[in-house]
Amino acid sequence: MAAQRTPDGPPPPPAVQKLRIQYARRGRLRYSSTRDFGRALERALRRSGVPMAYSAGFHPHPKISYANGAATGAASEAEYFEISVTEQVDPDSVATALNEALPDGLDIVSVVDAQPGALADRLQASRWLLEFPGVEPADLERAVAGFMAQEHVEVERMFKKGLKSYDARGPVERAVTGVSEDGCAILTMVVRHTTPAVRPDDVLSAIAAATSFAPPQSPKATRLAQGIWSSETESVADPLAAD
Amino acid sequence: MSGESIFSALEPLLEKVSKPIQYVGGELNSTVKDWHVGGHGPGGEDLTVRWALMYPDAYEVGVPNQGVMILYEVLNERPDALAERSYAVWPDMEALLREHGLPQFTVDGHRPIGDFDVFGLSFSTELGYTNMLTALDLAGIPLHAADRTDEHPIVVMGGHASFNPEPVADFIDAAIVGDGEEAVLAATDIISEWKARGKPGGRLEVLRRLAATGGVYVPAFYDVDYLPDGRIQRVAPAEAGVPWRIDKHTVMDLDAWPYPKKPLVPLAESVHERMSVEIFRGCTRGCRFCQAGMITRPVRERSITGIGEMVEAGLAATGFEEVGLLSLSSADHTEIGEIAKGLADRYEGTNTGLSLPSTRVDAFNIDLANELTRNGRRSGLTFAPEGGSERIRKVINKMVTEEDLIRTVAAAYGAGWRQVKLYFMCGLPTETDEDVLQIAEVAKRVIETGRQVAGHNDIRCTVSIGGFIPKPHTPFQWAAQLGPEETDARLYKLRDAIRADKRYGRSIGFRYHDGKPGIVEGLLSRGDRRVGRVIEQVWRDGGRFDGWSEHFSYDRWMAAAETGLEGTGVDVAWYTTREREESEVLPWDHIDSGLDKEWLWQDWLDAIDETEVEDCRWTPCFDCGVCPQMGTDIEIGPTERTLLPLTVLGSGKQDMLRS
Repeated sequence: MAAQRTPDGPPPPPAVQKLRIQYARRGRLRYSSTRDFGRALERALRRSGVPMAYSAGFHPHPKISYANGAATGAASEAEYFEISVTEQVDPDSVATALNEALPDGLDIVSVVDAQPGALADRLQASRWLLEFPGVEPADLERAVAGFMAQEHVEVERMFKKGLKSYDARGPVERAVTGVSEDGCAILTMVVRHTTPAVRPDDVLSAIAAATSFAPPQSPKATRLAQGIWSSETESVADPLAAD
Repeated sequence: MSGESIFSALEPLLEKVSKPIQYVGGELNSTVKDWHVGGHGPGGEDLTVRWALMYPDAYEVGVPNQGVMILYEVLNERPDALAERSYAVWPDMEALLREHGLPQFTVDGHRPIGDFDVFGLSFSTELGYTNMLTALDLAGIPLHAADRTDEHPIVVMGGHASFNPEPVADFIDAAIVGDGEEAVLAATDIISEWKARGKPGGRLEVLRRLAATGGVYVPAFYDVDYLPDGRIQRVAPAEAGVPWRIDKHTVMDLDAWPYPKKPLVPLAESVHERMSVEIFRGCTRGCRFCQAGMITRPVRERSITGIGEMVEAGLAATGFEEVGLLSLSSADHTEIGEIAKGLADRYEGTNTGLSLPSTRVDAFNIDLANELTRNGRRSGLTFAPEGGSERIRKVINKMVTEEDLIRTVAAAYGAGWRQVKLYFMCGLPTETDEDVLQIAEVAKRVIETGRQVAGHNDIRCTVSIGGFIPKPHTPFQWAAQLGPEETDARLYKLRDAIRADKRYGRSIGFRYHDGKPGIVEGLLSRGDRRVGRVIEQVWRDGGRFDGWSEHFSYDRWMAAAETGLEGTGVDVAWYTTREREESEVLPWDHIDSGLDKEWLWQDWLDAIDETEVEDCRWTPCFDCGVCPQMGTDIEIGPTERTLLPLTVLGSGKQDMLRS
């Protein structure tokens, strides 16, 4: 009887350092999904020679964990993931090497040694910028004011397990309208992370439901920051900053 | 003709389509060159030759295509040329492009296809023809070559379908037959010279110059006459200076063409999530059904060191975690053992997967597969016995006995492989129900042997079977294709025979492709110029993405054939299920694949007699005609060189370690 095969050789070298990394998804690459990014990242890590830690077994995987990715189609200045490495590395050199290996538009913003605690716990809220080409700033301002005057606005979205209904107003802590340098109506808002996550398009549906606001085309959404939410200062703090 | 990007107009549409990432480009190793990279002549002549290269299927299928990747790279390496890529847009995007008046575009520079000098399409399969029509129409290029002016790109086809371009003769300006890498450069030279002189004689003149080389087929320069019964009487040049036959191109020294050097790394998921290195081109096994094996002769090997360099450079350029060693029968490389060992040694401990698309049925293949998966998971191996019975395997010249097959799978299961996939065809010449039903017996023996060798029941065998389609330039080009109902009936009998025996039931998987799409592929494969009207009608009726079962409609094709072939006296059955005679002029006879028609006919007679032919790589020449006709020879090793140990990955690490 043939024995069950097990992997030969020593177990993979252990992880000695964990890095937290912020990256941006810009321009046309905002249409890449988190899975697309995952594939690009694994290849970039191999090309750049980062000494990645791998899981054991016949199908070793590099130790990477992603946190709270923005939906496909949204640009972001603040996406996060963690990697584990088998040799002590200099975070800034990793940032340089990875940036070189990733396609333009997927850009490393910063790399730091991970602090204790889970990264996900530090990602409590996001600051978003929504640009509304073809919308009168006054119309946007009125619609957002009407929305913010509500306490509760239910929206529906299709999930893998079916249609869900949830409040898209409660998590919106701040919403300020204005005009960009090139004259486009804009909305900047801070949204707390809840379950299910309230996305910019949910907020937009909620605004439409509350005020019959209907932009001629969907706005361009950019996540400007995500991090630790302080209700006192009403601000989102850098999750990678030292405690 | 400005080459202006349409991306800003496209961007709002991307929100509304499925998988927008497929339209944005920006892949690692992709290129966007300046529109006027070749500069201008003294009189302001435009000296840049611009190619739009299209793989006429969805991005996820087209982006890993080796042919397009190679041409894209060799053209972009030229300082006076640029090449960009385009793929078939899904119907949702097509509708939006039409609604907003936007053209078919390249994913690199998002430039309109109509702005390029040449629109090159690579057809691996004829089922992409309707997608070509969509692209032409979206690009604003008249569907018919005859309606085009000097303002329009020259539409050129390549790929295996070029060996019978007649069904699309109305839609293409030219076809390049055979290996593309040298041929596109030669065509670029001709176009460049013509542009530098201010395009004398316009479009017609440049096509004449291309045709005069003897290696570019321009259908408009040939007349086809028909006999009263519908057969072809004669295909002849319509003007002087045009050769009677068009030669295929053959690249002899693969080591001189180590492309792709920098394979594209798409962000979107594609059908091949790995890098491929072509280890040899051509095949001399002589399987009689196999068009690829017949039209790519002779065998030309890349050397072991050339392969090692390509793997190394490609991995460094891409970061892919798997490398496929590509060819029509990879285990046949004269130094495959050394290659497998050398690569496995080099990449040990780097989590790099190596794979061999394995089709050869012998124990040596298992040794190779074991070597390549030294420390990796052994999930599945694939073999292609193609025919179920010993008799039918003699007909198709697949020289494998049932004992070979059983020994091979025993070795596989014994080495820890859990799943064996077996590929077969149904509807082969002279085939009866018994030949196909024998597949069920083979599968049962495979499982029985596997259970014994493995010592447990946790093994599987999958039988995958599709209808045989006779192809041009093969000994079966004269054969009758089996009708769709007969094909399906035979497949159902086999399915029932496999399912009938409860002892094996769950261990044997059964996958089949029904007979209807095969009939359409058969019509397009062996069609002549009259089939063009059918293709156009199908497209006008909404036909798109015919290679996708959710888009394919047999009824639409049959209805279009009814209209399109009206008055010709021939029909779909005439093209597909009819056996041809030796004297018949075949629509592709003027395309020279190097194979002697007399030899092919003799091989067809041998097939019916169940006589086998050896592989000329190891045995004396059997006069298929390719080498003398094309002035070529088989180019094989051994070179007796080996792959030196090498630090191949992670060399950038030193710069980031903390001191």
